[in-house]
Amino acid sequence: MTKPLLTVEGLVKRYGEHTVLNGLDLTVREGEVVVIVGPSGCGKSTLLRCINALEPIQSGAVRLEVAPISRESRDLPALRQKVGMVFQSYELFPHLTVLDNVTLAPRKAQKRPRAEAEREALALLERVGLADRARDYPRQLSGGQKQRVAIVRALVMHPQVLLFDEVTAALDPEMVREVLDVLLDLARQGRTMLIVTIEMNFARAVADRVIFLDGGTIVEEAPPEEFFDHPKTPRAQKFLNTFTFDAVKRPHPSSLADPTT
Amino acid sequence: MSIAVLRDYLPLFARSALLTVRLGALGILLAVLVGVLCSAAQYFRLPVLQQLSAVYIELSRNTPLLVQLFFLYYGLPKLGIRTDPAVCGVAGLAFLGGSYMAEAFRSGLEAVDRVQLESALSLGLTNAQAMGSVILPQALSISMPALVANVIFLLKETSVFSAVSLMDLMFTAKDLIGLHYNTVESLTLLVVFYLLILLPISILGSLVERRLRYAGSGT
Amino acid sequence: MPDLGLEVLLKGRNLARLLGGLWVALRISLLSVAISIPAGILLGVVMTWKNPVTQALSRLYLEIIRIMPQLVLLFLVFFGTTRVFGWDLSGELSSVIVFTLWGTAEMGDLVRGALVSIPPHQYESAAALGLTERQTFFCVVLPQTVRRLIPLSINLITRMIKTTSLVLMIGVVEVLKVAQQIIEANRMSSPNAAFGVYLTVFMLYFLACWPISLLARRLEELWR
Repeated sequence: MTKPLLTVEGLVKRYGEHTVLNGLDLTVREGEVVVIVGPSGCGKSTLLRCINALEPIQSGAVRLEVAPISRESRDLPALRQKVGMVFQSYELFPHLTVLDNVTLAPRKAQKRPRAEAEREALALLERVGLADRARDYPRQLSGGQKQRVAIVRALVMHPQVLLFDEVTAALDPEMVREVLDVLLDLARQGRTMLIVTIEMNFARAVADRVIFLDGGTIVEEAPPEEFFDHPKTPRAQKFLNTFTFDAVKRPHPSSLADPTT
Repeated sequence: MSIAVLRDYLPLFARSALLTVRLGALGILLAVLVGVLCSAAQYFRLPVLQQLSAVYIELSRNTPLLVQLFFLYYGLPKLGIRTDPAVCGVAGLAFLGGSYMAEAFRSGLEAVDRVQLESALSLGLTNAQAMGSVILPQALSISMPALVANVIFLLKETSVFSAVSLMDLMFTAKDLIGLHYNTVESLTLLVVFYLLILLPISILGSLVERRLRYAGSGT
Repeated sequence: MPDLGLEVLLKGRNLARLLGGLWVALRISLLSVAISIPAGILLGVVMTWKNPVTQALSRLYLEIIRIMPQLVLLFLVFFGTTRVFGWDLSGELSSVIVFTLWGTAEMGDLVRGALVSIPPHQYESAAALGLTERQTFFCVVLPQTVRRLIPLSINLITRMIKTTSLVLMIGVVEVLKVAQQIIEANRMSSPNAAFGVYLTVFMLYFLACWPISLLARRLEELWR
């Protein structure tokens, strides 16, 4: 088994009186794809934000290999460079072109030469099918294209682990696929990823391990086939049931409604 | 209207217009500085400074420049702080304008979603890099129309400078009306010179606003 | 404790005279606002008409009034009308005329802005519900416009009050003028009166404007 890359230990996050994460433990190993699912408000997005130290936490620790990631870490920017994060709302920088969006952090944070950063950026954009949009501004792109650029912007930093926070939730249905395909491609390359998603079929396809989060703790943790086909806990069963529908069609006298004919 | 009178008065008005522009520009520059400091105190929620700037903004926005100038020019010397008219004019304009500039910057900063800052930080940029490369460029272009409007507003406000015996356009106009009763010529030149100062900036302002309206949709 | 010259205000009827001066300024502003608001609403509605003539005229009026410092407008009306038309307008009447012209322009622009800011799909969804044009205006557009407008028009009152300080410059005896007179009359007994009295005037203006500003902000937050 590969070594643990990202470790979360006893993470507690409260907003005032409201406890969002209640002593959560989680380990992501190198090359592993972990998918987090759960009802809205279960704390799955907050977990990703805490891993990247975007939120102050009340207790617990987050570590990348052995280095603690916290808001007090002196080398927090350097640690964040190793943790790529993609947001639901893309958060491209609207005043910069696609290429500048992608190369801003390599140039400023990693002090890489512009030519080298641009070469890699263009290669990555090519890989997601957007090389021809490098000079465009974000407002000229569709939602799916923006999200692919945001993924490239994270990749160009050579992160050790990638965090995806409901990256398809803001997209029109027909654009979801193009973004999920990029994620599948990354999984195939053996990248370490922690993915929060509401796309259950995608989760089943991409995950090495599914984590079901509810009420600020991990309720169930299993390989995808096991989790989706035979959820053990009642809460997971109830959650998965919200994705299935019972037929309500009434029998119709006309043969047109009969699919067997 | 007499052309000869206009020609006689022209240099007098030109000289006072220059004074208006010079003191106005200086005061506006200082106002921008005060505005930047105040909005930074509020954006980063700096303790004490945040409250101080809030009090200052209320005082400045709820009192007229003329009253501020009277206090600076006639009141302060009684405490031993003697100031000459030009310093008073510039200081008064900075005191008044600082709060308006602060509000313009603040609304620009607030219009940039905090997630933009987070996404810059999550890429590993430092706070300073994120502010400099991501937040400020966006905030500034959003604030630009308000900033230009403030510049016009403050230049117009300089018209009360004559109250602290600065020889600006109003001073010259009133002086000449009192001296020679050439009211029509004086008022004409007064209007012409204010237009010369204000019209270019006003046109610039509407250009900026139009450009922003076309550029500003979607992220 | 240095002599701040505040004791002058306690002498005789000085404080009452100062407040009387403030009332002159407030009276001018309130009168001007009272005329400006209905006139501005009318102007704002006219400005949304698609007629090119009314559009050009209202635009011209707005631009002329807005680009000039209010003090220049005061000079034009106060000195200019005497000379050109032979009218002898009092300072107070000139002030009301100028501030009403200015207030109407500002209010008109606010009203126009509020009216055009109602998104088109509001009209469309009202139409889809089967409302008539009249019903749409009175039940859908007007309530939203009014909510946007009330805080802005309240702000216009504070701007008007602050602007009224200018009437000193055309010889109206208002609070600053009274302050000058008090300081002058007590030059021997209270040499430092200028500090205390002008500070008092400053605070009087603040106390007149601040509550109104707070109210406007509160309403804005409430109705956002």
